[in-house]
Amino acid sequence: MSARLMQGNEAIAEGALKAGVRFFGGYPITPSTEIAESLAKMLPKVGGTFVQMEDEIASMGVILGASLAGKKVLTASSGPGISLKQELIGYAAAAEIPAVIVNVQRVGPSTGQPTAPSQGDVMQARWGTHGDHSIIVLSPWSVKEAFEIAVKAVNYAERFRTPVILLTDEIVGHLRENVELPTDIEVYPRRIPKKTRAEGYQPFTPDEDLVPNVANFGEGYKIHVTGLIHDETGFPSGSPKVTREQIKRMHDKISSADDEIIEVHQEFMDDADFAVISFGGTARTAYEAVLNARKRGIKVGFVRLITIFPFADKIIGKISKNLRGILVAELNFGQIVYEVERAANCPVKLCAKYDMTIFEPEEIEKSIDELVAEVK
Amino acid sequence: MRKQLRLSGSGGQGVITAAIILAEAAVSEGKNAVQSQSYGPEARGGASKSEVIIDDEKIYHPHVKTPDFVLAMTQKAADKYFHDLNPNGTLILDDDLVPNSPDFKNIIRVPITKLAVERLGKALFANIVALGVIVKVTRLVDFETIKKSVANRVPPHTIEQNMTALQIGYDSV
Amino acid sequence: MRSYENFFRQNRLPHLWCPGCGNGIVMKAIVQAIEKNPNFTQDNTVIVSGIGCSSRASGYMDFDTLHTAHGRAIPFATGVKLANPALNVIVITGDGDCTAIGGNHFIHGCRRNVDLTVVLFNNNIYGMTGGQASPMTPLGKKATTAPYGSVDRPFDACKLAEAAGATYVARSTAFHVQHLVKTIEDGLKNRGFSFIEALVQCPTAYGRRNKMGDPAKMMAWMRDNAVMKNSWDKLPDDKKIGEKFPIGLFYQAESESYDESYKKVQEIAGGAAK
Repeated sequence: MSARLMQGNEAIAEGALKAGVRFFGGYPITPSTEIAESLAKMLPKVGGTFVQMEDEIASMGVILGASLAGKKVLTASSGPGISLKQELIGYAAAAEIPAVIVNVQRVGPSTGQPTAPSQGDVMQARWGTHGDHSIIVLSPWSVKEAFEIAVKAVNYAERFRTPVILLTDEIVGHLRENVELPTDIEVYPRRIPKKTRAEGYQPFTPDEDLVPNVANFGEGYKIHVTGLIHDETGFPSGSPKVTREQIKRMHDKISSADDEIIEVHQEFMDDADFAVISFGGTARTAYEAVLNARKRGIKVGFVRLITIFPFADKIIGKISKNLRGILVAELNFGQIVYEVERAANCPVKLCAKYDMTIFEPEEIEKSIDELVAEVK
Repeated sequence: MRKQLRLSGSGGQGVITAAIILAEAAVSEGKNAVQSQSYGPEARGGASKSEVIIDDEKIYHPHVKTPDFVLAMTQKAADKYFHDLNPNGTLILDDDLVPNSPDFKNIIRVPITKLAVERLGKALFANIVALGVIVKVTRLVDFETIKKSVANRVPPHTIEQNMTALQIGYDSV
Repeated sequence: MRSYENFFRQNRLPHLWCPGCGNGIVMKAIVQAIEKNPNFTQDNTVIVSGIGCSSRASGYMDFDTLHTAHGRAIPFATGVKLANPALNVIVITGDGDCTAIGGNHFIHGCRRNVDLTVVLFNNNIYGMTGGQASPMTPLGKKATTAPYGSVDRPFDACKLAEAAGATYVARSTAFHVQHLVKTIEDGLKNRGFSFIEALVQCPTAYGRRNKMGDPAKMMAWMRDNAVMKNSWDKLPDDKKIGEKFPIGLFYQAESESYDESYKKVQEIAGGAAK
């Protein structure tokens, strides 16, 4: 297949489709709308369903219902819309319903600066819904990776029966670039019950990987799904033991696969005294800044978080042992920097920006120089 | 070699579409290209800007710095966007819509919108006329390639008029 | 065992509702209506509910059941129906759930004419949280958040449903059991958005505060004040007074349901067979 020009948002739609998504519910909001528009066109061509809902809450509700009825599902939004989705993202976590939520970040809080890029929703992606829950958050830096990560997000949602946040930004969402999309794609199928009802099937009994094989509606299992804390039968339980065990298992099912889920892109780290850590669209600029700094003889490496959460504690901890300092470049007032500080064994400096414009390579380079001077 | 372009004007003039088509043409010739854009909340009017980087090497930072070519389809865009032009670069202006040339050495003035209105009856084709001008001036892509890219992008029943628009632009410089 | 008992999860009973509550009457009416419709089986019917006293019903009913978040039953149900149009989907909701926090979803569900049967258990109050005023608490009635009597003008949920585009709109009460069953039965037959408001007595959170603590008296009130639609229409305006209210079928229309309409979209796009 030859290269073609494609937009990040379109690549997400294409990737989702290739991963088996057959249901999208959404509400228009810039800069995410192209995902909805692409899927409105593409889904009915493959027998799938696109529905534009009355708001973002309904968009989450409709995809969760569709997921329980057996379809792989996706929704997409930005800024205020993502805030509205939070209630039912928590429902998806509690009731263990596979769903992918795309956030094409723009400047906030509130209506903020519509269409202008930002990475200000990092901590919302992790902690946006109430209560203790685990979640997977992935962030692409290119159009091609937007496609690949859309596939991965759908696969993780299905495998772990969890909401997955595809955390992109206006930079990548609206960027068009040449891509050659992979044709050989691995797709994780919907999990299915291993027992019949007569054999004592319980919908929320965890499998060996701690993930339950919840039956789809309409398959005769007559299951009950609730956002209340429930036991393996799926019915609410007021027991402290069940509450403790359920909350713990929902964390453990993801953390036990951390090594597989956590992906970090590293370059120039062999000789590095310093490293720039970034993610998403900002990483493109950080990469150029690293190249430029290296040309000037600074031994600086490039670290890009592809998986934002679960956070790469172990990897950051390990690489930082050989580093004199880390620069975190993010397009916000400072969010992921605190995670890096927590995990790192060396000084950490923030390079932040929150003025509607993306970083220029020189700005990050200047911060690298400052870091070098500060740790001397 | 890296070439950077900025196409600017006001919403509705089609500069973003023109930039996408140019990037598509470059990609179909096997080059790397990125296209980005910024615009105001207005669907019509308001500032509109689209940038294209074309390179044989991989492109990371996606925004244009020191453009080699700037197209300005309004006076406001011309005044705002010529500043960081490469001193050896070229500023392409719509002759009627940009009455006052900015202080820059290498300026090409073409009555882009007027040509579209007079020859095709619609200002709507101005962006494709501009694309013809750009292809001629920049020599970044082959004329035959851009013809194919335009034909792929525009509604089928307008292909003929768009080909004419492209040719008019190409022949005007 | 009576035949309708097969439709309940016996191991989940008894229910958590207060003595004298009307919710159980409507829940039973729903399964009796299901029992009368051969197209509705326990394997092809999904019960979706929101949050509140009414919405606990889903847990007692032996189908695939979905107890969603507050106000969100209709969007979830829409997703179930559109993802698998072969399923029958029934929504159980309450006056607060449906017309306050879920009000927007309610009117848009009606507008789309999604093939759902929505049964609103109207107890005029937030029962589960202890008696706060809902958008369907009548004027002047007391609630913990309306200690001097409610001054918020209440919704007529049936008029709302009709205006928003529902294709079957009816009201009944926990007193008029046969009528209630028939009303739900007809709602299930309608291919489109069916809305049934079922008045239920809440002696604990509503009645007690409004000089109607006795459930039997609350049901007698329903008996004495409900007027069948045909008679109601013949009543002169000066007789439609006091607490009298109409029950029966208010509106029915033939209109393509959303899943049928979307099937056409799939046909146009070329994906209908996929």
